[in-house]
Amino acid sequence: MTLGARFALGRLFERLTALAAALIVLALGVVLVDVLRDGVGVVSWRFFVDEPGAGPTEGGIFPAIFGTVALTLVMTIIVMPLGVGAALYLHEYASPTSRLAGLARAAVHHLAGVPSIVYGLFGLGFFVHALGGALDAATGQALKWAQPGLLWAACTLAVLTLPTVIVATEEALRAVPSEVRLASLALGATRAQTLGRVVLPAAAPGILTAAVLAVSRGAGEVAPVLLTGVASWLPDLPGSLSSQFMHLGFHAYVLATQSPDVDAARPALAGTVAALLVLTFLLNLVAIVLRARLRRGMEAS
Amino acid sequence: MPGHTDKAFERDLQTLRDKLLAMGARAEAMIAESVLCLAERDSRLGKHVIASDAEVNRLEVEVDDLCRRVLALRQPAASDLRFITTALKIVTDLERVGDLAVNIAERAIDLNDAQPMPIYGDLPHLAQLAQTQLKDSLDAFVAGDAAKAEALLGRDELLDALFLKLFNDLLQLMMEDSKHVRRATNLVFVAKHLERIGDHALNIAEMVIYMVRGTDVRHPLSRELHRAHAS
Amino acid sequence: MEPVKVRIEGLEVHYASKRALHGVHLEVNTNEVLALIGPSGCGKSTLLRALNRMNEVLPGVKQRGSITLEGDRIDQMDVVELRRRVGMVFQRSNPFAKSIFENVAFGLRIAGLTSTSELAGRVEQSLVQAALWDEVKDRLGDSALALSGGQQQRLCIARALAVQPEVVLMDEPASALDPIATARIEELIHELKTRYTIVIVTHNMQQAARVSDRTAFLYMGELVEVGRTETIFTNPSMKRTEDYVTGKFG
Ligand SMILES: Nc1ncnc2c1ncn2[C@@H]1O[C@H](COP(=O)(O)OP(=O)(O)O)[C@@H](O)[C@H]1O
Ligand SMILES: [Mg+2]
Repeated sequence: MTLGARFALGRLFERLTALAAALIVLALGVVLVDVLRDGVGVVSWRFFVDEPGAGPTEGGIFPAIFGTVALTLVMTIIVMPLGVGAALYLHEYASPTSRLAGLARAAVHHLAGVPSIVYGLFGLGFFVHALGGALDAATGQALKWAQPGLLWAACTLAVLTLPTVIVATEEALRAVPSEVRLASLALGATRAQTLGRVVLPAAAPGILTAAVLAVSRGAGEVAPVLLTGVASWLPDLPGSLSSQFMHLGFHAYVLATQSPDVDAARPALAGTVAALLVLTFLLNLVAIVLRARLRRGMEAS
Repeated sequence: MPGHTDKAFERDLQTLRDKLLAMGARAEAMIAESVLCLAERDSRLGKHVIASDAEVNRLEVEVDDLCRRVLALRQPAASDLRFITTALKIVTDLERVGDLAVNIAERAIDLNDAQPMPIYGDLPHLAQLAQTQLKDSLDAFVAGDAAKAEALLGRDELLDALFLKLFNDLLQLMMEDSKHVRRATNLVFVAKHLERIGDHALNIAEMVIYMVRGTDVRHPLSRELHRAHAS
Repeated sequence: MEPVKVRIEGLEVHYASKRALHGVHLEVNTNEVLALIGPSGCGKSTLLRALNRMNEVLPGVKQRGSITLEGDRIDQMDVVELRRRVGMVFQRSNPFAKSIFENVAFGLRIAGLTSTSELAGRVEQSLVQAALWDEVKDRLGDSALALSGGQQQRLCIARALAVQPEVVLMDEPASALDPIATARIEELIHELKTRYTIVIVTHNMQQAARVSDRTAFLYMGELVEVGRTETIFTNPSMKRTEDYVTGKFG
């Protein structure tokens, strides 16, 4: 091949990659423009802070926003200790030949590929019926825990996002140089002290990244909460962990498919989707800012 | 002996060895020619010796340069370090030997212009001994043969004794007849130069022993210091 | 004070599948700098790690023989106490992702020191000893990761000195530094010698020649020769040492 041809081929390849990148931007742009154009009519301040009215196109979506935020928060609170703990065990304690670690890694790998509706079914069977039923039996209550609710939905989402957290946390732990651990041990620190005072602080930005990933994954998932806690129309905000709740993603689904007049529901649908996008974006932003802070504190002066 | 991993270093050391040998061979030849110049009354040989000195001087500068370069670039250690420091020292001895050969040649030319002297006595023997000492010291250097160098140390007294005998004989000659003074004095110088050449051979031999064994045998003091360190 | 600080007798170390050291007898004298030299993989780091039991941290390591610190067997000592008495500086500078102050204070905090004034005093003292104080005294709260490579390594030395060890182990402490930073570390070693016993592993033989009083040559897990540094570099007694210091390996 001549030098000119090679050069041309290189340019071609560069253009193709640029095209791929442009496609992503385009897709996001189309979604945003579409949503904003349709939604601009209803997207008033009231739409976001009002309770829903009698029909799907009436009133606001505040309970759905609140429900989504609450669900994501509870999910994060559940998944982070579990995921970080599992990653710590896998990366810091388990020997490379450990069978438990091998099994756990395989499980993480396969869990990541399971369709999300299967998580919903699992959540319904395991959390709602088995765990909830047992809890009710133990506390002598009837149908308090053994029905779909915020906690079970959050638990289900936590299981869904667990692989993400484990993998990302392991990555963060891997990025902490082993020399740093050795230095700590050589100064007389125990293993636990080394983990707590050296490794975890150093891995904190990476662990926050894990949280970001979990949040953005969890906030957008509808299928797992479908059977485990979400309600299509519920003007009251969830009052406890066992309450059902509204969810932006599910609300969008309801608006798009369940309303008698699809065209009339269009603006509300667009507003709901916009709210979901903005919310996901905001949650991400918070985590990213936090992480940047942490990292800056560590590196620069 | 395995070669150095760094082949350029190995080549530098080989070049250094070759140059020292060339210099030694040149110096040996100069002694032989200067003595022959005297014995055969052939001043052309003397002129050749004087001309050869330039080459010995050039080699001295080259060896010095090479040693400095190796020291600066390679940081030689152990036997390499001892080889380089030895080279730096014996190069000055060889250069001095060249100068002495030139001096002998000059004296010989002066003598050749005058009447031949009846007796040279032990002079050829002394010349022979000095040459052998130098040759042996260089052989010991090339072969890294400390035993050979050591054997050479003992023979220096022979040269000294021979020189003393010649000196006395020539003094006798001068006292007998003052017209011999100029020629006899020249011969005393020649003998003294030959004896000095023997001393330089001795220096070389001592450095060879240091180079091979790492022990300094030059002076009684250094011998004792060495013993104190070792214990 | 006992002249022999550390005595190693019949040391043998195995990793899971291979023997890294065997039959090592070696003494380290009080307040000397002992250099360990030898080709890569000959067991220098393993020997160093044996002295503060850091080999135990690695999986599958088996060790035989005895090592004593001032006459006491180190395998019967409390490991935390041992590592306080025998500090270590690593090849790659490895400061914690913490402030300069907290890096140096780390070992002291681990040891249970909490008094702020005492911590501050010890941190300053260690940084002075590591010849870093003047460069960082106005920014002790800044992240240690913002320091230059040479400064980071001196910080790691300060961190090791803070717990007032008796022996300092250094594993190629200057191998990743430029010549000036290296020279500062070497100068530092000269100064530390008056107060500490130092064992240093180095690949740089000129460095070993410059900083150490005695040099030990290891080859394929065996101690070939140990002697005064000057002797090792001008007139070693073993052929293998000679070949190594003159560069006739491989
Ligand atoms: N953690 C380890 N696991 C297995 N083998 C090791 C380990 N560390 C070192 N070794 C082996 O032990 C030998 C000595 O290693 P080391 O002490 O690091 O040598 P050096 O520091 O002299 O380069 C080498 O052959 C190395 O491969
Ligand atoms: Mg090493």
